[in-house]
Amino acid sequence: MIHLLGPYVVAALLVGLGVMGVLARRNAVLVLVGVELILSGSLVLLVAAGATAPSRWEASSVLPLFVITIAAAEVVVALAVILTAFRHRGSIDMDEAL
Amino acid sequence: MTSLDLAFAACGLLAVVAGLLAVTTRQVVHAALWLVVALLGVAGCLLVLGHELVALVLVLVYVGAVVVLVLFALMLTRAPIGPDLAHAAPVWRQAAAAVAGAATTALLLAALVPVAGSAVERREISNQAVATELFGTWVWPFEALSVLLLAALIAALAISRGRAGEDT
Repeated sequence: MIHLLGPYVVAALLVGLGVMGVLARRNAVLVLVGVELILSGSLVLLVAAGATAPSRWEASSVLPLFVITIAAAEVVVALAVILTAFRHRGSIDMDEAL
Repeated sequence: MTSLDLAFAACGLLAVVAGLLAVTTRQVVHAALWLVVALLGVAGCLLVLGHELVALVLVLVYVGAVVVLVLFALMLTRAPIGPDLAHAAPVWRQAAAAVAGAATTALLLAALVPVAGSAVERREISNQAVATELFGTWVWPFEALSVLLLAALIAALAISRGRAGEDT
């Protein structure tokens, strides 16, 4: 037996922390850390939805796997863009005008 | 409170505290390392919820690959050892970000807590059923995902290499 309140609270807190990280950081690489936290909050929510009720086609297990893979692809491209921007501008400050 | 609830609370607390440290610490390398702890906490949460395959993939892909990439990016962008004073956000902005994060949390809690209900039986998820569905029903999305990964790989190479003839 498990209460679903726990996963919901953890997911909400992780997404809130991620939003805070995205807004407060000026280092472009650390903005990605906030994005990762938002994504992990959504993962907890997605998995909690399938932990109790039967899910059709095991979507509660398969869709998180897809989310993780897409997030990995996103991070690779984002870091490549950040590195290129750093090479051209010499800084990864998000506040700096182009 | 059952033992599953307690185990979930422990993992969730670990994830939330480490996440808070990851977004507030002034040392950039520590932020990436706290992200590892937070993701391990999330993986523990998923394990308690019964999705052991997802938890292991999370550890493999996020902790094994994504955080290493983030650390590499920090090194390549000359992250300082010690506190990052050059990129310190002003206090009013940190407070505004905290308020926005708290508002997001409150919004999600207001939407999710009413539908939580009472304790429910945890479902047993067999890896065999997941594999059957993944390579049966979901095989075309799975193949599309491999194309996406290839596209991301090529795009990352193309972006970081720059245009031909450009002085990099």
